[in-house]
Amino acid sequence: MKVKLNVNKRVREADVEPRKTLLDTLREDLMLVGSHAGCEHGVCGACTVLIDGEPSRACLMFAVQDDGYEITTIEGLAAAPGELSIVQDAFCETHGLQCGYCTPGMILTAHALLTRNDAPSRDDIVEAISGNICRCTGYGQIVEAVEFAADRLRKTNAPRDPLRAPADEAGKADASEKGVLGGAHIHGPGGGRL
Amino acid sequence: MKPAPFDYVRPASLAEACEVLAGDEDARIIAGGQTLIPMLAMRLARPARLVDILRLNELRGIRSDDDAIVIGAVTRQVEVERSEIIQRGLPLLLKALPWVGHPPTRNRGTVGGSIANADPSAEIPLVAVTLGAEIEIANPSGRMGMPADEFFIGPMLTSVMPGDCVTAIRFPVWAHPRVGTGFHEVSARQSDFAFVAAAAQVAIDDAGRCIDATLGIGGVGDRALRIDVTALVGKEVAQVSISDVVRAGTADLEASSDLHATADYRRRVAAALGTRALEDAFAEARSRNGAVQ
Repeated sequence: MKVKLNVNKRVREADVEPRKTLLDTLREDLMLVGSHAGCEHGVCGACTVLIDGEPSRACLMFAVQDDGYEITTIEGLAAAPGELSIVQDAFCETHGLQCGYCTPGMILTAHALLTRNDAPSRDDIVEAISGNICRCTGYGQIVEAVEFAADRLRKTNAPRDPLRAPADEAGKADASEKGVLGGAHIHGPGGGRL
Repeated sequence: MKPAPFDYVRPASLAEACEVLAGDEDARIIAGGQTLIPMLAMRLARPARLVDILRLNELRGIRSDDDAIVIGAVTRQVEVERSEIIQRGLPLLLKALPWVGHPPTRNRGTVGGSIANADPSAEIPLVAVTLGAEIEIANPSGRMGMPADEFFIGPMLTSVMPGDCVTAIRFPVWAHPRVGTGFHEVSARQSDFAFVAAAAQVAIDDAGRCIDATLGIGGVGDRALRIDVTALVGKEVAQVSISDVVRAGTADLEASSDLHATADYRRRVAAALGTRALEDAFAEARSRNGAVQ
């Protein structure tokens, strides 16, 4: 099946079997190998990508389902080649990684958290990364990296999210009137953003 | 690629989805996929065809009806967490949601998917049973509603027939001004499968007397169960021992034993968490002033 995927603001086409996950498609067809294959059944979080700005597991989605979404991988975070995003840089500064296998997922999850909340508490950070497993760092320096990135983001004069502000898409499921379900204006072919 | 091959179809309407499902007994519905895709990856499920309903707008959204809140089946769990309608009318569901998976799986996982999957330790089915929700189902011959305690019949087992599609869940909203809720769970790690979970909702009058109370226990047996706590109704909370009522109600619970917890442990924890959930609920109800919200 042919599918058009909007990855890192570029529309890319791939011809894939329906059973091919978004993760495998990113890695094998689009050569975006920054999304890592860990457990491949939704436990570890190494394959985390952003779908419309929200962290999701690329191993728990099939590529044929994903046309119309804005997909962001770790390759799409930095402003320009050779540069690092604020969150990426904070992970380097605080040694928030050792082997690096979980790092792309951690950074994307942290990026999404800080887009919604630039002053997260330690608990907010721990809850946000609770679905991402790290077997090296003991998490201490990862949490520190996210706190450091939050601090830098608050002090920066640049626009908060160069990718997109998710504008709380998920807050829009409430129907405004009785008798109909509210999803008609967003999500889905023919309706709204897609 | 780990799953076995399958065909993929994305119907444009619920009617079309029902037709495809009715015409192919090896077809299965996929919505958020957060449970189904791991099952496919491990080849525990091998459907010939996946029918993707995630983008059917007629199945998505949250609306307030007179005495109920209706959540479309493909409404994502994260959308419920951020919904003002839910915050106002279904605080018990809101308390349960942080226990459902992790934030990234709640971004994709749907409410209807959790209901249809019928995991005995799942939180959303527990809340549905506790509140006496109605599950709305469509098939080619029409639509029907089914009470949650008839819908769930065993572990990962529901009354849904091949060709049926869960379309929405109707959660009753209590009209009493002073309603309180409580939710407690024990698991190996937060967000892991519950060994035991307890959900409670109570209403009291201005004199502090209990008008209504419901308690549900999940993770203990083969499905979430409602515990008889009618002994609390009509009494002032100070006059009765909540733990006695809960212990009496949970004494005969059929509990399962596994690697993680024995049946006896599960029964004892059910009584303790049930008591705690009710105590929290009464405390919250007392803290509300009498004005209608």
